[in-house]
Amino acid sequence: MNIGWYLVVSAIIFCIGAGGVLVRRNPLVILLCLELMLNAANLALVAFARMWGNEDGQIFALIVMVVAAAEVTVGLGLVVAIYRRRLPIDVDELNELQG
Amino acid sequence: MSAVIFFIAAIGAITGAFGVVMLRNPFYSVLALAFHLVSLAALFLLLRAEFVAAAQVIVYAGAVMVLYVFVVAYVGGGEQLTTRGALRVLGPLFALALAIELCIAMLGAGLKGVNSKGAAFVPGFGAPRSIGQLFLTKFLFPFELASILLLVAAVGAVVLARRRRGLEPDEQFELRVHAPRPAWTGTMAEAGGIRLPVPEEPIASAEPVGTATTGDGAGSPDSEHEGGW
Repeated sequence: MNIGWYLVVSAIIFCIGAGGVLVRRNPLVILLCLELMLNAANLALVAFARMWGNEDGQIFALIVMVVAAAEVTVGLGLVVAIYRRRLPIDVDELNELQG
Repeated sequence: MSAVIFFIAAIGAITGAFGVVMLRNPFYSVLALAFHLVSLAALFLLLRAEFVAAAQVIVYAGAVMVLYVFVVAYVGGGEQLTTRGALRVLGPLFALALAIELCIAMLGAGLKGVNSKGAAFVPGFGAPRSIGQLFLTKFLFPFELASILLLVAAVGAVVLARRRRGLEPDEQFELRVHAPRPAWTGTMAEAGGIRLPVPEEPIASAEPVGTATTGDGAGSPDSEHEGGW
């Protein structure tokens, strides 16, 4: 398969994730949609690594995975803290930091 | 053969991504994401990235998804679907426009490499040996930085999600306020000191955490953390 096909799949997954971040209200699902976007970027990185025959892109993908894991850990910790405070788990209601 | 596997894996990945966004129950969204990740690992294998595919399945579909499942089971999620108002229409429109724009940009770029099958395959490309060699020589600094980042994230998550002792008097305080007051007066419980002396004004305050420390929360070592929340 040509590299272009992989890039198209990556673009579609990224846009689904971006639309999900805009549309959904549950912070858990928003974190999942962020994962989708990061994974789409990973797919593009690995596809470009294959295109050049160079493994640097795969290293970049692995680092992106590490950053995604860290982000998920902190995000889920925030969700649990919100739940413990008995605040609504809804990003439209949690707008106290809005100026 | 590789084209067939590509289309199966690509359709699986896109279906999983749609499932994450569309499904109402967050638990099913997590399961859809796990399916999406496994399909994506198949795409990585087609791109000769064996180690990345293995890490994807083990780290993502294994560890991170288990974390998600635990948190969804703990929090419960609820059934809220989508935002109200204009974003509900504009969000998918924006995503569609972005997809079309990205496809035009990538397929219309005329790059020769994009329309090829990639560089010639050398044995050992993407194998754990070469990845590990790169990590320990050329990319040693990002590697160490990633380990520090993981440590910071783990400690931060524990600090965020731990059970705060400052919340305990808060809960007792609410129970006390909502209890019918005449039932307490003159009982043995009041004489025994179980009912703590409650000042009359903290009921009016919106945030009773700081004011509810008349009981056992006054000497709590965690009470200074409450200011940040």
